[in-house]
Amino acid sequence: MKQVELSLHTIYQPSEDVVAREIEGEIIIIPLAAGIGDMEDELYTLNETGKMIWDRLDGRNTLAEIAAALADEYDAPLDEIERDVLGLIEELARRKIVVAQTE
Amino acid sequence: MVSKSTQKEYVRILSPSRFDPWHGKAPLLSHLDIELTERCNNACIHCCINQPEHDAELAGREMSTAFIKDLLQQAADLGCISVRFTGGEPLLRRDFTELYLFARRLGMRVVLFTNARLITPELAQLLARIPPGKMVEVTVYGMQAESYDAVAARAGAFAGFWRGVELLREHKIRFIVKQSLLPANRSEQAEFEAWALTAADMKDSPGYSINFELRGRRDNPARNRVIESLRFSPEESVALLTSRPGYVEEMQQFCAKFMGPSGDLLFGCGAGKGACVDAYGRAQMCMGLRHPDLVWDLHRADEAEAADMSPLKFVLTEVFPKWREIRATNPDYLQRCARCFLKGLCEQCPARSWQEHGDLDTPVEYFCAIAHVQARDLGLLDEGEKAWEVEDWRERIANFSNRKSET
Repeated sequence: MKQVELSLHTIYQPSEDVVAREIEGEIIIIPLAAGIGDMEDELYTLNETGKMIWDRLDGRNTLAEIAAALADEYDAPLDEIERDVLGLIEELARRKIVVAQTE
Repeated sequence: MVSKSTQKEYVRILSPSRFDPWHGKAPLLSHLDIELTERCNNACIHCCINQPEHDAELAGREMSTAFIKDLLQQAADLGCISVRFTGGEPLLRRDFTELYLFARRLGMRVVLFTNARLITPELAQLLARIPPGKMVEVTVYGMQAESYDAVAARAGAFAGFWRGVELLREHKIRFIVKQSLLPANRSEQAEFEAWALTAADMKDSPGYSINFELRGRRDNPARNRVIESLRFSPEESVALLTSRPGYVEEMQQFCAKFMGPSGDLLFGCGAGKGACVDAYGRAQMCMGLRHPDLVWDLHRADEAEAADMSPLKFVLTEVFPKWREIRATNPDYLQRCARCFLKGLCEQCPARSWQEHGDLDTPVEYFCAIAHVQARDLGLLDEGEKAWEVEDWRERIANFSNRKSET
């Protein structure tokens, strides 16, 4: 799949073409529109790190702000957190599960 | 702890066929069946449900859009991840698109049962843009206008069906087909199978309806007599079953698991573990069971409110479990069905008993005969034996299940 260029200074939010439901503590991402993922009936779940980042994709904070908040909350090294944030968003953006805010 | 440098699989794809978000535990409701209307634009001669398309009185009694949306929300709150929209013909509802999108936006996958006649270019475009997540299921009544229209009792029905299917294909909407086999279309079975395997997204041979249910509302004895006359005989039914590849091996595995007398407990099946809702907002334990004592009007909110539950949760936790404990009292049933080891082969159930006899526990001779013919064909019974009189049934099942395939 094509690499997606990301910036920590961009705001990302869940695409309107997916629905996320929390079931038994797990985030289940359900594609609504065609073209998400490889098959129309694929579903997705996130690992623990991914879920924590997903919960903060509220359309208001940049990725850098999300990483900083997580680093602060969990007392973890910022560079590691930023790698995780970019890793997750790269995967999600490639699958069109999240979209960047254009303005 | 947020970060582990070795933890790189942030997103995991869940295989739909092995999707188990509850990790083996069952949610209160994983699937909901909603009959959106009993009305149909076909008037199929063998149908157990259909009511006239333009019946304004019935249309006026059907669930409102807001009621169905609330029901879907209640279901989602209980963990439901899929819904079946059936009928009648569900596409007759003018709010179908609205309900479909609402269910999808709740994250539900939608199973649509339809005759495809009302699929429009606009609906096909919508289903292509926002796929249902499960295959559309189209019932076919014939491969020619003459046969199809004769079964559907509507001139021009075949043309509409064909147009609908072509729209599904054109928009690459995945669908499967199934057929009701009737005298008017039986000679077209081979043609149907060949078409089904190329036109639709079929992995296996299509399924057939042949043992038609009687009218679920017990509203029309004359139509019931017609339906009975259209059914495959027990011998024809078993001949169709045995013609399927891998039949014996499948039955060996099946019989090893699902045979044995059920006793007097009527609901050994899954009825009431999920929920079906009829066109008027009444919860049923299964689609076929419309006995008035065993339906619960979901408009009734008083008991549910008192229990601080949604009506759907109330029926699933407080009503259906009690009904599932109902036991047979009919001496004939207790003598025969309760002691019969062919339970897994027999379609006898409270719904069939209701449709045929108006109660829950009267043996249905037609299904009893089919089970006995099938059991004789599998070598589980000898000619003239009654299954409920067989004492060594465990041994017979074991011998059959362990028998090496002859093919």
